[in-house]
Amino acid sequence: MSKQYKQIHCVINGKEREAMVDVRASLTDLLRNDFRLTSVKKGCEVGECGACNVLINGECFNSCIYLAVWADGKEILTLEGLEGPNGEISDIQQAFIDEAAVQCGFCTPGAIMSAVEILNEGRELSDEEIRIRMSGHLCRCTGYENIFRAVKKTMRKRLGLDG
Amino acid sequence: MYDIKALYEAESVADAIRLLQEHPEAQIIAGGSDVLVQVREGKRAGAELVSIYGIDAMRGVTYDEEGAIRIGSLTSFSHIAADPIIREKIPVLGEAVSLVGGPQIRNIGTIGGNTCNGVTSADSASTLFAWDAIVELTGPDGIRKVPIQEFYIKAGKVDLRPAELQTAIIIPKKAYEGYFGNYIKYAMREAMDIATLGCSVNVCLTEDKTGIRDARIAYGVAGPVPMRVPTAEAAAKGQPVCRETVETFAKSVLEDIHPRDSWRAAKAFREHIAVEMAKRALTKSIELAGGEIRE
Amino acid sequence: MYTGQSIKRVDALDKVTGRTKYTDDLCDRKAYIARVLHSTIANGKVLSFDLSEAEKVPGVVKILTCFDVKEKHYFPTAGHPWSTDPGHQDVADRLVLTDRVLFYGDDIAAVVAEDEVAAAQALRLIRVEYEEYPFVLDVQKAMEDGAPLLHENYPNNILKHTTIRNGDYEKAIQEPGLIKVEGWYETPVVQHCHIENFICFAEKEGERITVVSSTQIPHIVRRIVGQALGTGWGNIRVIKPYIGGGFGNKQDILYEPLCAWLSLQVGGHLVKLDVPREETFVCNRTRHSIRNHIISWVRPDGTYAARKLEAFSDQGAYASHGHSICAKGAGAFPQLYPCPNVEVDAYTVFTNKPVAGAMRGYGIPQSMWAVESHTEDVCAAIGADPIEFRRRNLMPVGYTDGFSKNENYFDSFNQCLDKAMKAIDYERKYKEYQNQTGDIRRGIGVAVFWYNTAVWPISLESTSCRMVLNQDGSFQLQLGETEIGQGADTAFAQMAADVVGVPVEKVHVVSCQDTDVTPFGTSAYASRQTYVAGFSIRQTGLQLKEKILDYAHLLTRMPAFNLDIREGNIVRIPDGRVLMNLEELATEALYSLDNSRHITAESTYQVKSNAYSFGCTIAEVEVDIPMCRAKLLNIVNCHDAGKLINPALAEAQVHGGMSMGIGFGLSEKLMFDEKTGRPLNNNLLDYKLSTFLDHPTLKAEFVENAEPTSAFGTKGLGEPPACSPAPAIRNAIYHATGVGVKNAPANPHNLFKAFSEAGLI
Repeated sequence: MSKQYKQIHCVINGKEREAMVDVRASLTDLLRNDFRLTSVKKGCEVGECGACNVLINGECFNSCIYLAVWADGKEILTLEGLEGPNGEISDIQQAFIDEAAVQCGFCTPGAIMSAVEILNEGRELSDEEIRIRMSGHLCRCTGYENIFRAVKKTMRKRLGLDG
Repeated sequence: MYDIKALYEAESVADAIRLLQEHPEAQIIAGGSDVLVQVREGKRAGAELVSIYGIDAMRGVTYDEEGAIRIGSLTSFSHIAADPIIREKIPVLGEAVSLVGGPQIRNIGTIGGNTCNGVTSADSASTLFAWDAIVELTGPDGIRKVPIQEFYIKAGKVDLRPAELQTAIIIPKKAYEGYFGNYIKYAMREAMDIATLGCSVNVCLTEDKTGIRDARIAYGVAGPVPMRVPTAEAAAKGQPVCRETVETFAKSVLEDIHPRDSWRAAKAFREHIAVEMAKRALTKSIELAGGEIRE
Repeated sequence: MYTGQSIKRVDALDKVTGRTKYTDDLCDRKAYIARVLHSTIANGKVLSFDLSEAEKVPGVVKILTCFDVKEKHYFPTAGHPWSTDPGHQDVADRLVLTDRVLFYGDDIAAVVAEDEVAAAQALRLIRVEYEEYPFVLDVQKAMEDGAPLLHENYPNNILKHTTIRNGDYEKAIQEPGLIKVEGWYETPVVQHCHIENFICFAEKEGERITVVSSTQIPHIVRRIVGQALGTGWGNIRVIKPYIGGGFGNKQDILYEPLCAWLSLQVGGHLVKLDVPREETFVCNRTRHSIRNHIISWVRPDGTYAARKLEAFSDQGAYASHGHSICAKGAGAFPQLYPCPNVEVDAYTVFTNKPVAGAMRGYGIPQSMWAVESHTEDVCAAIGADPIEFRRRNLMPVGYTDGFSKNENYFDSFNQCLDKAMKAIDYERKYKEYQNQTGDIRRGIGVAVFWYNTAVWPISLESTSCRMVLNQDGSFQLQLGETEIGQGADTAFAQMAADVVGVPVEKVHVVSCQDTDVTPFGTSAYASRQTYVAGFSIRQTGLQLKEKILDYAHLLTRMPAFNLDIREGNIVRIPDGRVLMNLEELATEALYSLDNSRHITAESTYQVKSNAYSFGCTIAEVEVDIPMCRAKLLNIVNCHDAGKLINPALAEAQVHGGMSMGIGFGLSEKLMFDEKTGRPLNNNLLDYKLSTFLDHPTLKAEFVENAEPTSAFGTKGLGEPPACSPAPAIRNAIYHATGVGVKNAPANPHNLFKAFSEAGLI
């Protein structure tokens, strides 16, 4: 049978975008192939590792198990969207660098996007809550320790809790 | 890229019913966290799909005119957990669905999808069983309501008729008022896991908190579909709040449950933890209800 | 000095912004997609294929089967240095596709298609006719006479059997008053689970073939792709971009030969082979499951009279790294707790299971599970204190290995134990948790490890380095040693900056290896990157410096021996005056009209030493006996890895290794159906890799005794952190409950059995 396409309109990293989407495509496919947003990684393709995590209307989703056509009318944020107009990086990205929370770097984009969702809430989370909220990411390099530190430090800094 | 033959996107419940009538082979996709995985692994490869994900009218938690809690079938787990009605009246349901997978899965996964795929391990299901939930189904002939215990037919099969979709899950007022509950998920790790066994208990105590007016208990993975445990419920009903009641209640679950031996866990192991989980979930429920367990 | 400082990773910025390119990010979209058809029987022969339906799928370019492999170029897969001595070469037992199926998941055919959907559809439509043979999954059953034989040249499926005989065991056990302690300790099949699956792509460029691969070992990949295709090794170009973890799985040749071969079958077109997670679990490599049988004869005073180890290592279907892993693990046995009378028998045995290869620790985690569990059992049997017993019997200072001449220079074990005990408040907790009753109990346990950095004198240790000076005084640093996530590039930059005398920002590490360009090196394994590369960096850096100072002499007329490079400046040593900066010198050197030079240095260093790396883990657990589960409350690793080049990255390395060790001890196990040999849990949901919620705070401590054989005082730290957490957790559970689990992991299934047998539940 002939391939089925749908015209979608969405906002990706702050920019209005139009795309003709193969209905079979996942959002990972759309972001990586059509927009070359390669921070969106494929680690399992079934929603178990979190490497493809992006924000859709402010909430985290594994884009591998999200149909691209569903992005119609949505606001999507990937790691690339955190960069400022002059290449400035955000506080959470800097914290990942400072806390040595990056090793192979493959889970990093997805993990940072979950951190962004948490930090956007603008409230103080307990250690346990931070761990729960980050638990959709598998990482084999860091033991999660320094990722946890980076998220917690950034949260405290944003809330002015460190004096 | 998924091996999908065709995708039809429904904009309303009526639209979905029409699409399902027009494409009788088509399968429903809600959040897709199960359906897409099965397309990829080949089980549903080449499927025609009717996507109901865009039907916003099927999202949210409200009271109906009789005071029942109505959960739209497309409400995501994270939205259920954060919902003020759920937090006030049946917090245990929010706690149970907060144990599904990980945060991203809880954002895409819907309570309708969780119950319609008919699996025994669904974290929402045992709690819905334990709270006498009613499933609202909408089809070409209108709406019908089915107790959740009857909705599950067998493993992987629920009572969904042609061109019908689940539109809401309802917890009647008499099922939640005065009840306090606890859900224990036993899994091999603390996140991103499916239940080895799930146990949901709730109680309604006498006014002086010394007696059990009613107790309800349901399990996931203790049989091919989620199940209530009538023997244990009978053993606790009308009994004093004391250690002996708890022990009797817990031991009697073995009369009704029949977990199987599988590579995921041995039957003997599941039976062993089932008793301990019943004990702990009842103890916790009694505490939440304001009772104190006397020795 | 930059070494010793926690500078930020040189690749961190790109990694937190998503700019870092991994293999898939580099692949052109025109690539054909290849998928492998795996056998659905565990032992047998492919008789025929019916491709008729599969070939009809629109978008299928070509389907290749094992019967299309006309030239049988058998190749080895282990990421070992090649040996020019045929007796020391790895076993060449693989073909790109095989008709002789040896495990459930063997590679029998491949589909090349225009897109992934077509490839997946075609795979499902291929019909295979097999001749099935009986299969064997258990390592000791595979050794029995009459067991299904996997490889003709290996009777009883024994790939190799090695022995160690010290003293006279039989005589020693006659000593009166000895206490015999005996146990079987087994570790499961586990998998690396790097988050980036293995992926590669290949295409022809001219008459050569280029392979871009997510590998740890590009130069070895080049050699083996050459062997597999039966072509000159120079006809192969291998490019290694950033990789999303490897942990030893990518220290093996995986599908590079097949991908290159497939490309050649479709006219040299670009072909991408992206391995799905389910296949990564069983069609790449796994960690050897090793069953260890230990007998110790102990004197009442807590010394060993005689000891015996039998180790049975489950190789799976093909040789891969083979016996080296079991041999390394078994070799640790007489060294860790030296005893005059020792017998060791180590067997590596083929079974019809996925192929085991290298994985972080290379036999030592399995060995430490057995040895350190057993040490605890010995302590219990003779009523000894676990710490005191270890202190008394561990490898003493001055111990020298007869074979490698490695020496234990410092009192590292005691120093590590002291530091770890203090960090976790061991003494108090140990006393407090004695003789508990009740359903919920706590315990604290210890385990030590020994790990040998690098591979000398078993294999070649050759490392090459190139430095190319730029006009601005910066230089490129190129090495065959690879960044695989561990932070090697950052450590290399720090070392190079110190040797040459420039700010670290002036060192541009060329992270990507390209065998056409990159100096030769055998790359990332054996925790050797920092140790081994240190030699060639120091040697090459000194050569570069000499060339720079020689040119500085021309420009300044000062004697070179009176000049130095400090922070990128040419400095006159006697008075410390800055004569010029490196930028001025380098620009002049390149563009001088009368004496132009492009200043570069390149050298190879052959390392003829290696180093013992030491450490310990102490773990504290809370055991919920009725629920059959152990929760890790606290854990600390203390390491002596010599001088740390970058303490923050070292700490991060330790966290990662601990995490892997925690999974090994508590939850991870790849399972197989006894009736069919089919893998049961080869996905990230059913394989219980620990999550964010399964760890307590991970604590890393260090003792920094400068390793005297090392170019920068450092030694291996990549693998050591994964070696001791599992037995420490096991021993903590033992302390809490009196139940010593014999088989890892101490998951609820095993605890249920153990607690039931012990009458606790």
